[in-house]
Amino acid sequence: MSSPNILLWTVLPYIAIAAFVLGLVWRFKYDKFNWTTRSSQIYEGKLLRIAGPLFHLGLFAVIGGHIVGLLVPQTFTDKLGLSHQAYHLGAVTMGGGAGVATLLGISLLIYRRRTSAMVFAATTRNDKTMYIFLVATLLAGSSATLSSAGVLGEEHNYRETVGPWARSILTFSPHGEYMMASPLAFRIHAVAAMSLFIIWPFTRLVHSLSAPVGYLFRPSIVYRSRDNQSTSGSREARPGWEKVKY
Amino acid sequence: MKVMAQMGMVMNLDKCIGCHTCSVTCKQAWTNRTGLEYAWFNNVETRPGQGYPRRYEDQEKAKGGWIRNSRGRLKLKGGSKARRLLSIFSNPKMLNIKDYYEPWTYEYDNLITAPLGQQTPVARPKSLLTGKPMKIEWSANWDDDLGGGPANIEKDPILQKLAEDVTTKVKLAFEQTFMFYLPRICEHCLNPACVAACPSGAMYKREEDGIVLVDQQQCRGWRMCVSACPYKKIYFNHKTGKAEKCTLCYPRLELGLPTVCSETCVGRLRYLGLFLYDADKVAEAAATEDERDLYQAQLDLLLDPNDEEVLKAARASGIPEDWLIAAQNSPVYKLAKVYKIALPLHPEYRTMPMVWYVPPLSPIVDVLTETGHDGEEAGNLFGAINALRIPLAYLAELFSAGDIEVVENTLRKLSAMRSYMRDINLGREPRPEIPEAVGMDQESIYEMYRLLAIAKYEDRYVIPAAHAEQAKDLENMGCSLDGVDLGANSSGPFGQSSGNPVPVTIENFHIMKDRQTQ
Repeated sequence: MSSPNILLWTVLPYIAIAAFVLGLVWRFKYDKFNWTTRSSQIYEGKLLRIAGPLFHLGLFAVIGGHIVGLLVPQTFTDKLGLSHQAYHLGAVTMGGGAGVATLLGISLLIYRRRTSAMVFAATTRNDKTMYIFLVATLLAGSSATLSSAGVLGEEHNYRETVGPWARSILTFSPHGEYMMASPLAFRIHAVAAMSLFIIWPFTRLVHSLSAPVGYLFRPSIVYRSRDNQSTSGSREARPGWEKVKY
Repeated sequence: MKVMAQMGMVMNLDKCIGCHTCSVTCKQAWTNRTGLEYAWFNNVETRPGQGYPRRYEDQEKAKGGWIRNSRGRLKLKGGSKARRLLSIFSNPKMLNIKDYYEPWTYEYDNLITAPLGQQTPVARPKSLLTGKPMKIEWSANWDDDLGGGPANIEKDPILQKLAEDVTTKVKLAFEQTFMFYLPRICEHCLNPACVAACPSGAMYKREEDGIVLVDQQQCRGWRMCVSACPYKKIYFNHKTGKAEKCTLCYPRLELGLPTVCSETCVGRLRYLGLFLYDADKVAEAAATEDERDLYQAQLDLLLDPNDEEVLKAARASGIPEDWLIAAQNSPVYKLAKVYKIALPLHPEYRTMPMVWYVPPLSPIVDVLTETGHDGEEAGNLFGAINALRIPLAYLAELFSAGDIEVVENTLRKLSAMRSYMRDINLGREPRPEIPEAVGMDQESIYEMYRLLAIAKYEDRYVIPAAHAEQAKDLENMGCSLDGVDLGANSSGPFGQSSGNPVPVTIENFHIMKDRQTQ
């Protein structure tokens, strides 16, 4: 395996994982204040009403598909008696649908961001960078799906290449060569996704990690004691907060 | 019985002249920042009028507050928890900035840098959101003093409701320009809908004083609180992406100082003090079947601070002695529960609001005087209150879920007080039958008069400072307050007026610096 390939398929994944995990820990510790969706709904609601759920729900389906596709070995589904044809038909139709929803959603969201003057003015450079990585990942992923289905180029069973590679990374026994056997679209998608994970903790994407599931299980009214926090003016300076001068 | 303390406010609307000093000083203290240009933690709206944000009382649109479901249980009007989580990607009830107004500044720079020319340079309005020139079409007080005329005023949700129910006579009377001011802050409800709607659990009610706050570190910007609050008093900071709201100036209250809006109120119409209430019964009271019984249910939650049982239970739940004394001297308790002249704003939202209002009587007195009657003679006044049922219906929609009797009783007490005190002031024999006619005795009506008309600083604001055990925490506030009594008789280091500037801890994250107004 040539050194660029080692770098891409053996080193980069771990850099991505480390950056993602450590970045999130750092962000959570030092910058909770900016850990938010930075919602722009107050500026514009009509387009968001369609685009927001379309993108997010589509993305959830895409993520679900990735978890199944990457983590469940082919031998497992073989044992269940699921044929390759049936598996791929399911994966392509469901994954394709989710992909279309996600792409449509993000197209609308970007259109909204560009055309609504208020939303555009509130878009930071950080946001724009993040959009490039996110859209690149989504586009590469969609074309990979199409190629695996044989619509674009040769049909390809990613469960013999990408899947094992991903599992080899996660089990700390990296086999970069698995990935090298996959078509270009998959490799571009993987690199784009790893880059996205690297910048993830430093963008607004962090809000994805605070999905408020606990809301369903807590009492309606929350009480907190002043005792548990230090009182006004006296509390310890929180990391990332400027000292108040008076 | 779980006794909890709640800091509450009463506003005497008779005294409000609509000067907006409270709004301006509040803005200067708390929301003079990018991202909150449009936020008015305190606003003063003219009623009848649309209010701020526009038509916030129309709960069919933004679905604020609670409802009682068919099984007799409380439910957020905006839907179940699961439904809220599903609509997290785009809150369908979320308000748009246009429901408030698009904040702007002026191109002042042009006034001094414009090249010499034929025309005088002008400062055009520029949007603070887009940076582009804009047309100013609405703001926080566009319909101030009935501005905009009937076209604007008719959109008042309460007027619209009354127009459905009552005869046209109502409408005509309103066209004779009946008007009063309604200053509004966060209600710091006993049963806050915003807290219940917050998916992150960032919003909470402080155990010690019941102040409802947003934890800025924990808020994730899901913006459910904005629509869930029926009073629309949670503002979305569009720069930080987090919710912010009136804090009841807790850094000041903890020192025993009144809120900025109270301190600077020109009409001295605000009262601050403690309520003791039974926290175990809140949900039950808020789920009272008939909307019109909600006011009474809310009153029943408030416990008598002189009752031995209550005091015992209060001590058991850790309320300190000085707080109990403050609760006994609380002006808000007296106005709301003892004299029953202060009413909650929109009890039908079932949030158990803790900012109470003494409804205005003045328009009635003025009308009587104009028509050649003695406006303050008891008989005339009592008669007039009944005759002028129209404003009563409006007031009742605001303060008692439409129960006119509640508002009427309040106004009768206020007019009785005027008549009774007039006899005393004119050196005539006081007439005990006047207080008796409204179910009061001479002593209590005199005390009520002292509280409403004399309204000394130390009587209006009975604010126990933060826990003595925590006094050390106050050390780095600039001076040690150990042993300084800032309580009832505030002749402490700050004097009767504010005196020295009080350090207020508004923490600035460094990013705010880069986001200063363009």
